[in-house]
Amino acid sequence: MADETGAVLGLFERPDDVAAALDRLRAAGFTGHDLAVLTDSPYPEGAFGEEPVRHRLYVFPFVGAACGFAVGLLLTIATQFSFPLVTGGKPILSIPPMINVLYEGTMLGALIFTFLGALFESRLPDFRPTPYDPRITEGYLGVLVRRTAGHADEARAALRAAGAFDVVPPPSAREEAPRALAAQR
Amino acid sequence: MQERQALSARRIDHDLLGFVLHTPLWFWIAAGVLGLLVSAFVGSVGLLVLFGLQLLGYTNVQYWTIFITHFVFWVGISHAGVMISAILRLTQAEWRRPITRCAEVLAIFSLITAAMFPLIHTGRLWRTAYWAFPYDFTRGIWPDVRSALIWDPSAIVTYLTGTALFVFVDLLPDLAVARDRSTGLRHHVYRALALGFHGSARQWRLQLTAGILLSALILPVFVSVHSIVAWDFAMAIQPGWHSTILAPYFVIGAVHSGVAAVVTTMIILRRFLHLDKYITLQHFDTIGRLQLVVWFGYLFFFLMDFYFGLFARDPVEVSIWELRLTQPPTNILLFIQVLTALIIPLPFWFSRRCRRNVSLMFWLSISVNVGMFLERYILVVTPLSVKQPFVYTWSPPYQPQVIEYVITIGSFALASFGLLLFAKVFPIIPLWDVKEGQVNSQEVQVGRREVPAAIHD
Repeated sequence: MADETGAVLGLFERPDDVAAALDRLRAAGFTGHDLAVLTDSPYPEGAFGEEPVRHRLYVFPFVGAACGFAVGLLLTIATQFSFPLVTGGKPILSIPPMINVLYEGTMLGALIFTFLGALFESRLPDFRPTPYDPRITEGYLGVLVRRTAGHADEARAALRAAGAFDVVPPPSAREEAPRALAAQR
Repeated sequence: MQERQALSARRIDHDLLGFVLHTPLWFWIAAGVLGLLVSAFVGSVGLLVLFGLQLLGYTNVQYWTIFITHFVFWVGISHAGVMISAILRLTQAEWRRPITRCAEVLAIFSLITAAMFPLIHTGRLWRTAYWAFPYDFTRGIWPDVRSALIWDPSAIVTYLTGTALFVFVDLLPDLAVARDRSTGLRHHVYRALALGFHGSARQWRLQLTAGILLSALILPVFVSVHSIVAWDFAMAIQPGWHSTILAPYFVIGAVHSGVAAVVTTMIILRRFLHLDKYITLQHFDTIGRLQLVVWFGYLFFFLMDFYFGLFARDPVEVSIWELRLTQPPTNILLFIQVLTALIIPLPFWFSRRCRRNVSLMFWLSISVNVGMFLERYILVVTPLSVKQPFVYTWSPPYQPQVIEYVITIGSFALASFGLLLFAKVFPIIPLWDVKEGQVNSQEVQVGRREVPAAIHD
């Protein structure tokens, strides 16, 4: 699949080299938004000098809990009024037994929204073609330059200079042809 | 101090994905045997549907029996899985890494098994849907939320959904690894399930945060679910059941049996999947200490249940305890319960050497669950016994029939089969968690000692 953004991925063996690569890429004019570090396990935040991750996942459980509570309330009130069976002389709308269903509804809403929020904030599912290498899940570290905007060569050079042992994708034939022509001239 | 070997990411992938990507002969044998038992389970339920509850050993007064015992038992087993996983995640305990998923998956399959039993118990499974779920738009009959029996489905659905989401969030990075290591159709399935996860810092941060949030949310649900199961009994004005002690007693009992079930599962997986490097003796040592603490909590509520029964001096309640303590076969079952769930394991769990003996820990975990199954049986069945007026003899005791034994064995096979299939399709030990542990285990110098950087034990 062709990658339209001109994204480039450098593969590294050591975390220190990844940190150096990010410094070099920033110096070359790439912003933090264009860069991502890919690893096979979580590293402490800021280990590579990357920008802190901002997200609003903490809001989702509260929204979910409110929705779950509302649905639970609607369900328990509506079913009691729809089926007005007097039980043990208690009122038709009996609040104490509703508490359990409301509680479970609230928690269910919070759980589901947390899950959906995690996917949303992680930008998943994401099946767009971006450079990726299975060696990342073998323990190698990847530095992804998402948008090179015609500066793919600078990105590759910065990655190589920082110690990347491989850069994918390699320069395409379209990029190589003018260079080869210039070299002949 | 953590006891672990330094392992490369490639080695971890090879060890933990080995069973997922390659199928040994024993898998087919185990799947065949368990599949047969599950078929017997399904066939027996089919017979019940066809011929009705007359096939069971119900008496005129005892109609909440082995199936409800199973329901309570399996909900209990499901509890410790999530409890262990959630508490250890929240406290960032290092030793959690290899055992969390196994505990969570055990919880899912136990809960699925548990949820089947109230349906089987009613005899006409499909009609239970009318009773539990609000969808009857034509007849105008709706679930009565004033009944404790309606609280159960809401609790179980919440718990099962929450646990499944918990497992899926944890599984995402490992699905990405499986995607990268597989080919053909399997690759496409893992690719779809991994949702495009590629391990960016943002995805990891969200993954960890979601894990913490889900842990924090699921812990109160775990307590509420078994409390609500207890209220199925305690809300009924039935001596022997109508007691405030039942909710915490059920919860602590669930933890006691559930932790033992996690130990059993860990040992079986360790043995057959050759996971000695990942599930170490330290894990059994630590979990043995946890079992010791839970044991004391369980003992307290066990004694209080007896005390609460006698304290009110209700003649029916007292007579139920008389039945439990003096009338065979109930008194023999109670004796076995006390022996296996309380007396036998205690001295062994005090000893570090015993806690590090894998075979011994396996048999102790089985012993605890034999006792806990009997405890649930005695708790469910005996209060429905009636001492006949004037003749002073007890109502004819409930005697389980062949079909109930088959369904009992089948239920264990069902939970095991689910666990086996899960372990075949997905890594049962979180690869990413173990790899993170390896990253964090780099040693630092403290005085004259080299200690791991992460020391949350």
